[in-house]
Parts: sequence; C-alpha cells; structure tokens
Amino acid sequence: MAVDMRLASARKRAPGSLVSQDESKHLVAPGDVITTDTGFMRGHGTYTEDEKLMASVAGEVERVNKLICVRPLKTRFNGEVGDVVVGRITEVQQKRWKVETNSRLDSVLLLSSVNLPGGELRRRSSEDELAMRDYLQEGDLISAEVQSVFADGALSLHTRSLKYGKLGQGVLVQVSPSLVKRRKTHFHNLLCGASIILGNNGYVWIYPTPAQQDEEAGGFFTSTEPVPLSDREVISRLQNCILALSAHKVLLYDTSVLYCYESSLAHQIKDTLKPEVMEEIVMETRQRLVEQEG
Amino acid sequence: MAAVQVSEAEKVYIMHGVQDDLRVDGRGCDDYRHMEIETDVVSNTSGSARVKLGHTDILVGVKAEMSRPKLEKPNEGCLEFFVDCSANATPEFEGRGGEDLGTEIANTLYRVFDNGHNIDLKSLCICPMEHCWTLYVDVLLLQCDGNLFDAISVAIKAALFNTRIPKVQMIEDEEGTKEIELSDDPYDCMRLDVENVPCIVTLCKIGHRHVVDATLQEKACSMASLLVAVTRKGTITCVRKVGGGSLDPESVFEMIETGKRVGKALHTPLQEILQKEESLGKKRHKVGFLG
Repeated sequence: MAVDMRLASARKRAPGSLVSQDESKHLVAPGDVITTDTGFMRGHGTYTEDEKLMASVAGEVERVNKLICVRPLKTRFNGEVGDVVVGRITEVQQKRWKVETNSRLDSVLLLSSVNLPGGELRRRSSEDELAMRDYLQEGDLISAEVQSVFADGALSLHTRSLKYGKLGQGVLVQVSPSLVKRRKTHFHNLLCGASIILGNNGYVWIYPTPAQQDEEAGGFFTSTEPVPLSDREVISRLQNCILALSAHKVLLYDTSVLYCYESSLAHQIKDTLKPEVMEEIVMETRQRLVEQEG
Repeated sequence: MAAVQVSEAEKVYIMHGVQDDLRVDGRGCDDYRHMEIETDVVSNTSGSARVKLGHTDILVGVKAEMSRPKLEKPNEGCLEFFVDCSANATPEFEGRGGEDLGTEIANTLYRVFDNGHNIDLKSLCICPMEHCWTLYVDVLLLQCDGNLFDAISVAIKAALFNTRIPKVQMIEDEEGTKEIELSDDPYDCMRLDVENVPCIVTLCKIGHRHVVDATLQEKACSMASLLVAVTRKGTITCVRKVGGGSLDPESVFEMIETGKRVGKALHTPLQEILQKEESLGKKRHKVGFLG
C-alpha cells in the first residue's frame, strides 16, 4: 500500500525541451499583433483593430498566399470528412443517435448510417426505429468515421464498415485533439499485445486484441468474458504512457506510443503515474523518435 | 458530484480488474494517486493549504476571528466549516447547483470534528464566557476528479498546521473594564497541535471488493461507499455510508478495517511533508497557482 505525497515546490521544471526542427514558427497569443500590412485577408482566429491584424486565439500563424489565419493549440475537435472518431452516445432520438465527440456540437449518427445485424441492405422500417436502443444505448462507446459536416458545424458519422461499431471492453483515454496526427490508419494492433484506436477527436481507445477476427456482426455484440491479467497489465501501461505523452505534448501515433511503452517497461506500472517517471520515459521516447528520423 | 458516463462493457472491465487487484491505471486496491501539497498559498488568511490529488484540486483557507463562546461550552473555541463548490470544477455547479454537495460535505466535516479530541479547543479560549477564537475553515473545490473527501481532509489538516493565531492577552483596567491587547510583534503567534486531526478515507465497493481513492470512472461502477475518518493513532471519529446501494455487515467490517489501516498510513508522510515545508522557511520557492 503506497501513498505518494510531495510538496509543490519540489516540482522540478522540465529543462528546456529538446528543440524541434524548425524554429521559424510564428506563435501568437490572443491580442498579439500579427501584421500591420492591410493587404491580407482575415481567416479564422483573427480580427482587425485600427488597421492592425490581431490574433484572437493562442496558436500558430498560418499564411496561404493572401489569407492569414491562426490555428489554435488547444481547441475542440474540428472534424473533416474521413476522420476516424471515438464517441459516446448521449441521446437516442427518433431516427438518430447523438454522439459526444469533444467538438463544439454533439455529432449525429443517423439510423441509416449504421449496418443492420446480419448485413442486410434494406430501408429502415419503424421496427428498426424501436430497436435502436437495443443496439446503442446512452453511455455506449462507438468508433465511427465522419461522413459529412452540417452547415452549423455538427458532424454526421457513419459506421458502415465492419471495422467501426460499438466498442467492447477496454479503456478510454482523453487527450487534446491536436495531439493526434491525421494518418492513413488509426486502428493499430500494437506488438506489445493490445490494440489501440487513435480517434482524431482526442479520444483514444485501448482494448485487448480480439482473438479471432470475426467481424460479420460488425461489433454488434460485446463480450463480457474477463480479460486475462497479462493483457490488463499491457493496457494499463499503455494508458499511463499515453497520459505521459499527452502531458508533455508529444504527438501521438503508433510509433511514439510503442517507444513510450518500451521505455516504461523499466518501471512498475503504478510508478509510471509519478511525474518524474513520466518525464523520464517521455525524454527517452523523444530521443528515440529524433534518432529514428535523423 | 460530477459524474462521467461509462458504458456497460467498460464497467465489466473495471470490475474484473478490481477483482484481480489491478485497477485501470495499474494501482492496487489500496493505493492512492500522486498527491501534491502546498501550504500558505493565500496571504490574507491565518492559514491555508492547497492539495492536488490526481486532477482533484482543493483549496482550504482558515481564518481566526474573535467571538463569544457557545453557552454550553464557555471555555472553548469552535470550528466552523463552509464548502464552496466552484463552477470551475464542472458547469453543474454554476449558481446554486453546487450547494447540495457543499452542504453535504460541510455536514460530514462537522460530524468528523465534533468530538473534543481532535483539536484542543480550550487553547482557543481567550476569556471564559466572553471571548474565544472561532476558526472559520473555508474549503474551495477547484477541480473534481473523484475522491473529494480524502483530499479535503488532508487539505484541512495541512491548513490547520499552517494556521498562525495572534497571541492576545486580557488586560484589566483600574475601573474593571477588560481590554484585549495584541502583541506588537506580528510574528508572535500561537500554532495549533494537529496531531489528532483525522483524515477521511473513502472506500468504494466495486463488485465484491473495495477500493481506496476511486476515480470518477470507478465511482460510476460502485453502488455504495463508506467514509471512515481515522486519526494518526487509529481512532475512528466518524463512519458514514454514502450511495444508493446496500452494503452487507461483513463487508462493512472489512471496509472499516481497511480504512483504519490506510488512514493510519496517511498521517506519517503528511506530517513529514509538512515539517519539511516548514523547515524550508524563507528559502521556500512558492509555486502558487501560476507555477
């Protein structure tokens, strides 16, 4: 039984983090003047005052020809078509579900955008509407893809592939959406023995690798079999690693998570919650990533 | 209390994990999360402390004011508790939303400190039946990540340790009027003996086992919890059951035993930390809220 208490003054500042490749990033805070040149068009995150272009959010200035906008560092998820998201059902409505995806508005999952059990292709009838709650209830987690974006910015999701659908046993970790890179695939079966879904909206789902890849149900049924202890240890370690990486603002993708996992093997799982251990494994991960690129 | 939604499959996963003594973040059933303590953060109080347990953030301020003692206890001072759930923690606490939780916590604290053995209240008396010190303990909830009671009790103990009450003397004039004289030296003050101040341990029943320091997800899987207030010597000052589920008597007994064991083990590192911070004195680097 361990109790870990310490003083706030004992918290060591991280020694200036490893410098990144390009130092020409133009970072601004709200109220900073971006430029006094009036020839530019205003984009998102900017406003004009007295003929000066000012930033309204804290982030990096992006310039595309004559358009200047500021991309914020910490923001809600702004979805685009094709993004993979992990979301939680908040409401069951008449022909659709409302899904919470860490964006400004709840996303929508239409009944016509989910696969029927058995893979039938037909028009959804009123019996399907009544059976909606049997499939997805409030509180359930799903993985889905963004189909389109409504005019008000809400996302319309679909689970029309066999890899999407209701999620079973596992752990959800919430990080900032800006830490998840847009890549070709967001579903990874890591070598350490667990699988991971890196949602673009910052929700990361860690789950035990399914024994056999039987997906005709498309994730309709979730098993309640107890997960073996060895898998649990891997999943707990991965969760702590992802929290450590997100605390130190390292981009999350399969390689960085795997390197972090390997660095953390030197410590006990519950020690990886301590700040100094987190810092140590993230430093090692950063070094390996830099070596790998260089 | 701020609650998160958890799906059925996640609940099953958490419950099986607790049964195997490996919780979601790798802790055992009796392990606490990392705790960070700092005292003397608010300058215009007599004593203050800030405790961060995981993401739970609690700020406690103690103010000492002179008042009339209670009629039934003429030569003792008293402690008054007030808990403010700020809207910073969750939007549900906006306006009067946090009042219910605040009164519940305050009532629990009154019960925990109700006996006369925790703080030497007689030392707070200035003049029997006329003047005494009342310590107003104000708790501010800044962030809510489960396990509020434990963090609040640790913060209260740290704040009481940090409290400095000015030394006053009763001077009697020739005509018989009594005057209160404050000593000239601003650093001449009285400290409280917090040796017997209890710490609260919350035990949540998940499945057939119980866990200490539950996160919000684990709280969503548990139907009932037990609050045990334990002093350094192992004396229990208050036991309270919260939650809508039922607990059977054997498990209540087991939970109290675990609470006693865990509670006793909380006090030693806390005392060491507080002494260490005290010994740093002026050299101490104040972190505060912007550090």
